[in-house]
Order: sequence, then structure tokens, then C-alpha cells
Amino acid sequence: MIEFRSVRKQYDDGTVAVQELSLTVPVGTITVLVGPSGCGKTTLLRMVNRMIEPSSGAVLVDGDDVRDSEPAGLRRGIGYVIQQAGLFPHRTVRDNVATVPRLFGHSRRDARRRAEGLLERVGLPAELRKRYPVQLSGGQQQRVGVARALAADPPVLLMDEPFSAVDPVVREGLQDELLRLQGELGKTVLFVTHDIDEAVKLGENVAVLRQGGYLAQYAPPEQLLAEPADDFVTSFVGRDRGYRRLSFVASDGLVPGSVDTVRIGDTSADVPSRAEWVLVLDPHDRPRGWLPPGAPIHGQLTEDQLIAGGSLYTSGAPLRGALDAALSAPSGLGVVVDEDGVHLGVVTARQVLDILESRRHPAVAEGATQ
Amino acid sequence: MMEELLRYFASPSNREVLLEQLGQHVYLSLVPLVAGVLLALPLGRIAQRIGWLRAALLGGAGIVYTIPSLAVFVLLPSLLGTDFTSSLNVVIALTLYTTALLVRPVLDALEAVPAHVTVAATAMGYRPHRRFLAVELPLAIPALTSGVRVASVSNISLVSVGALVGTGGLGRLFMVGFERDLVQIPVGIVLTVLLALLVDLLLVLGCRLLTPWERAGRAVIAS
Amino acid sequence: MITDIAAWLLDPANWTGEEGVLRQAWLHLLYCVFAVCAAALVAVPLGLYIGHTGRGSVFVVGFGNAMRALPTLGLVTGIAVLFRGSVALAALVVLAFPAVLSGTYAGVRAVPSQAVDAAKGMGMTSKQRLWQVELPNALTLLMGGVRNAMLQVMATTAVAAYVGLGGLGQLLIEGQTIGRYDQMASAAILIALLAVLVDLALAGLTWLLVPRGVTLTAANTGARPRGRRKQR
Repeated sequence: MIEFRSVRKQYDDGTVAVQELSLTVPVGTITVLVGPSGCGKTTLLRMVNRMIEPSSGAVLVDGDDVRDSEPAGLRRGIGYVIQQAGLFPHRTVRDNVATVPRLFGHSRRDARRRAEGLLERVGLPAELRKRYPVQLSGGQQQRVGVARALAADPPVLLMDEPFSAVDPVVREGLQDELLRLQGELGKTVLFVTHDIDEAVKLGENVAVLRQGGYLAQYAPPEQLLAEPADDFVTSFVGRDRGYRRLSFVASDGLVPGSVDTVRIGDTSADVPSRAEWVLVLDPHDRPRGWLPPGAPIHGQLTEDQLIAGGSLYTSGAPLRGALDAALSAPSGLGVVVDEDGVHLGVVTARQVLDILESRRHPAVAEGATQ
Repeated sequence: MMEELLRYFASPSNREVLLEQLGQHVYLSLVPLVAGVLLALPLGRIAQRIGWLRAALLGGAGIVYTIPSLAVFVLLPSLLGTDFTSSLNVVIALTLYTTALLVRPVLDALEAVPAHVTVAATAMGYRPHRRFLAVELPLAIPALTSGVRVASVSNISLVSVGALVGTGGLGRLFMVGFERDLVQIPVGIVLTVLLALLVDLLLVLGCRLLTPWERAGRAVIAS
Repeated sequence: MITDIAAWLLDPANWTGEEGVLRQAWLHLLYCVFAVCAAALVAVPLGLYIGHTGRGSVFVVGFGNAMRALPTLGLVTGIAVLFRGSVALAALVVLAFPAVLSGTYAGVRAVPSQAVDAAKGMGMTSKQRLWQVELPNALTLLMGGVRNAMLQVMATTAVAAYVGLGGLGQLLIEGQTIGRYDQMASAAILIALLAVLVDLALAGLTWLLVPRGVTLTAANTGARPRGRRKQR
């Protein structure tokens, strides 16, 4: 558990980075500090490992005031991941990860063995171990950064905008990876970002900070989107917060409908109907794209005759995915797949909206959807 | 010219003297090089950390290397009380030059270490001294090496001037050559240049061995 | 010891006359300024050309490094016995040359490529770019090269007294021959003083020549002119 007790940070030039702020980060959860630049989120984070000392107030980790620990020793016991990963350019990937175990006095062999295990855990291919950081992509470097922070098995992990320097696709992968790791490890994670989407995705609790170091709201993400505490939080979580909130709405009651399908390699004779959109699958029943109504087929159906599909909705995921699949599909039909990407059916935006409506007025909607 | 060269090298005493002078030359140029590096590192670190000392150190270094070597060789004995022809004068003078020359590259190299790397090291629990030795110093090696290369060439050339005030080294060849045996001048020039090239080569190789990550980086940029 | 040196320096007899301090200092300065100017006359245009066109840059780097390794005393005595007389002055020119050349070259190469690009984009000819954009921006490093050359030449002139070139070094060597340490040390002090003063003067000249905007930019971005290297 990390506890901030009325911490305040004022610099010598008079600027106040954090105002009397209290906050408790529960054990074994990811807590996100989010806010615009200048809101003091990084300052707050760095107070935990004494990279910054508060002007007043106290920071407690597991009940102990951090000021009672000698800084270097304290830091070895707290994982820390930063934006550019902060990897040592002169050490191999493996030796980067082995750094903290070495500082703790473990033998080189033990430290390296531990490092290799961790690199595997964060999903870095074994052949990259002896490379230098410069030889890795940004996403790979960030994985190494996470592995390095976990190397001494610290109970607490501090992450300062760790994923904001990589491109959006890679970022999403890293976020999923972090959630997966957290599922296995159950660390107490304090995570700083300026990206509300990232905050909502990763945080079990989200603290929204306002310029000048004020805590505007501290709540689980769903509540943050549903009931913003004030105008600042409302504007910070953005205009499409209604849509974002769907990320937290379960898909109970969403039943996929059916749609005509053909397979790559079929001929025009195999196409059941020409009046409707037809979904095209590969030999393993995974969706490949759409065939528009009335489109002629010349010989065997190939990929280049298709119109690209929209996003896919994995059955059972929150409603946001279902709505997005429907809205992004050229046919207006969101393709539902199972965990393996195999086609299950389609949903329409109407269906999603009906479910939302029925939850708002359970009695009225009962008859409508039956 | 060829005949004179053959005659010069035919004499065993000439060869003996030459070898001795070469040995002195290596000693007089490389000891200050090592001493200069060992002095410049802490000074560069201090300059990096303490603002007002930085300007003083860099300014002082600038003045030191503006003063001609012959003047320093002559003045050191009266300042230090050393014997006038002592080779210690040359060693100390060249150590001063090497240090003055290296303070700036050391400082630049230390400041070129990316902030996120030092921050990460601190956050992992490195104490300042260990961080300097384990992280900042290795990363400064390439820039430091280019400074040391300039200093080594400069030292090897400057040792010759010491001959004018009576210290050893290959510089004697130029004086003897000028006074009576012309052929010793080209012998001295060639040996000095070869020595400089050899030391330079060793420095480049040493740097490559010490910084395997640099080659990895270049390969990435090239591909 | 120090009183001996002070006494020598304060004795008016040592300052005047054919072999006096004033005349030798004047000669010393004259040789150095002549050597650096003569070297710059060829090295600056050549450096500008190579920097501007990029042709022959390998030559500049290789040549500069090789020249650094030459022992100055060897060069001076070598040229003196080959040509006799005050041709030793030629050795000074030869030594000044690479420093000015590499300073000029490095200066032109260090001009921000966006500025050169913009100049091209607004339709400046190659010559206009060189004079209006590259040269003014290259001046800091160019003058750094000149200062380096001057350092080297100042030091070598002192050494060149050994072959009879004259200048303050002559007082020093003469003092050694007649066993007068006070004279040697006085000469050494004067040599050092002259070198520092001339370097200061060149620093002042640099400040006057380099356009204010370039100095300010360097100060703002924390960029420092590099390439001041010493070797004598």
C-alpha cells in the first residue's frame, strides 16, 4: 500500500507542484495518476522513491515513512519504468535487467538467470537477450524496461508515462501485456499518464489531477466516466465519455444474428444471395472482408475483390467493442468472433443501443426486445 | 641520403642511443597522458556538478594550454624547485597540458549522457559514485577517447621540445642533426610520427574493445 | 630566484637595443602574425571550398591528423638545414595551415543545414549562399582554427630561435648558453605573456567578427564551438 499524507511540494522559486494532497493506493492494484502537464503527477510519483522530497506531509509505503529508508536502498526495492525506458546503452538487454539483482549483491550468474526468466515473462524473444538496447524497437525497449523494473521482485512498481513514446498499435500491445502481467504478479502499481484512454483502460482506480497539483477526483474509471466530479474532470475525460463508458458495460443479452457467408476461393455459384452484404471467410472461418450487394464475381473469389471489414468484436467483451464493430463495418453489421477469431455472427448498432435502453428502463424494454 | 642512413644505423652505439631515446620518449609522453586522464576525470565531474567551478576550470584550462611548452619547461623548476634538466619538468608540464585539454571533452561527454539513463540508474538505487563508475563513465569512453587521441599526439610531439632544455627523448636527434649529423633529423621525424600513429591505433583499438555497444549502434544506423 | 628574475625584467638595459626585449617581442609577434596570415590566405579559401562543395573532406581530416603528429622541433630544424637562413619562417606557415584549414572546414560543415536549405529555396546562388549564409555562420569555428594556429605558431616561434630565427625564444636560448637562469626565466615569462595576450586579442576579434545572432544562438542552445585543439 502506498499512502500520500497531505503531501505538498513547493519549489524554491515559489511554484507549487503539489498542493496538500492525500491519496491511498491499494495493495495489488494498478492506480493511475492522470492529468494535463503541470498537474504534479510525476512529482507525486517520484516522491514514492525519494527522487523528489515533499516540502511537507509524508509518503508511506506499507506503513513505513519513506524518509526512514536510505534513498538508494529504498529505490532498489521499488521498480521504476520511465518514458524512454532509460536503458543503459552500454549493457546488453540481459545485463540491463540484471542490474538491480547485481546491486543487491547477487552473483552475475544468478542475476542473469533471473533476467532471462523475466525477459521471457515480458514476451521478449530469447535471441534478443545479448543485443544492445539500440538494436531493439521502441516497444521491445519498453518491455525490457518493465522486465528490469521487475527484476528484484519489488512489491511496488512506479511507471512514469512508460508507453507514451511508442506508436499507438505497439502501445496497445504493451498495455495488454501489462494487464496480463499484473494478473500474474499482483504488484502495487502507480502509473502516470496524460492519456485518459490509457488511464481508463489500465487503472482499477484513477486519480485525476488538475494544474497546480490539486486532486480533482479519485475513483474507479467507470465512476469517473459516469459521474465526473466537476467541470474540469468532465472536460478532461472528454466529449465522448459516454461512448468510452461502454468499455465498462457488460454485453449480457447481446445475441449475434446470422449473415450469409462465402469462402475465399468459392465461385459465383456458391454465393447465396446478391441482394445483401455477404461476409467472406477464410478456410478457418475467420472473417476476411465483405462482398457488397450485387457485386459481380469473376471466377474464384479472391481477397482483392473484397471490401475491408471493420473492427472485430470478441464475444463477451464490453459493449464498446460491439458498437465499434457495427459502426466501422461497411455493411453496418459488426462481426462477432470467438477467442480464436472464428466467426460467430453479426450484431447491429441498434441491438447495442436497445440493450443500453433496456437497462435504463428495464420494465418498458422487457416487451420490446422479446 | 641513403648512404648516410645506412652509415647511421650501422653504428651499434647509434642504435643503442636511439633505442634509449625512444624509450624515454614513450615514457615522457605516456606517463603524463595517463596522469592527465586520471586528473581530468574527477575535474570534469566536479565541473559538471558545481556551476561556478565549471567556468573557473574551463577558463584555467584555456589559459594553461595557451602557454607555450618551452616557457613551461623553463619556468617549472623555479616554481617547483625541481632540477633544471630533470625530466620531471616535462612530465608535469605535459600532465598539465593533457589535463587542460581533457577537462572539456570529459565534461561534454558526461553531459551527453541522456537524462533518462541517469534518472533510471538513480531510481534503481545506484549511489552517486557507483553510478558514475558503472553508468556515466563507460558511456563517456568514446568522447573521452577522441580527446585522449588528440592529447597523445600532442604529447608525443611536445616531448621533442624538452630536448632544448636538456631532457631526453627523440628531440635530441633534431639538435644533433642540426648541429652536425643531418640524417638524424628525418630519423627523428619518422620515429616520432610512427610512435604517434602506433599509440593512436592502440587507443582506437582499446576504445573498440571497451565499447562493444557502439558498434551495435552503428550497425543499426547503417541498416 | 624570483628577485633575480624581477631584477632582470626591470633592468632597462635588457629592454632596448638590437637584442633587447622590445625588439625581440616585436619580431616574435611579427613572425607569428605573418605566418598565420600567410597560412590563412590559402587555408581559408580552401576550407570554404571544401566545406561548401564537400569535395576533398577526407583530405582535410587525414591531413590535419598527420600534421598534428609532426614534431615541431624536427620540422623547424629540418627546414632550417635544408634551406638555411630565415626560411624557418616557412615552418611556421606550414604548422599554421592545418589548424586554419580544419577550423574553416568544420565551420562550414557546422552551419545548420536548414539555413542553407532555406537560402537555396529563396533562390540564392551558390556564391551568395557561401558569402551571406555559410561564411557568417562559420566564423566562430573559423576563428577557433585561427586561434589554434596562433597558439601553435607562438610556441613554435619560441622553439625556432634555436635555429636562429630570432624572437623572444632567442633570449631564452641565449640565457641557457651563457648559464643565466634569470634571463631564461624572464624570457619564458614574456613568451607566456605574449601568447596569452595574443590569444585574448584574437578572442576579442572573434567577438567583433561573429554576428551577434550567431553568438546568441550558441549561448541559447548551449552549443559550444568545438574544435579548439592544441598542439605545438
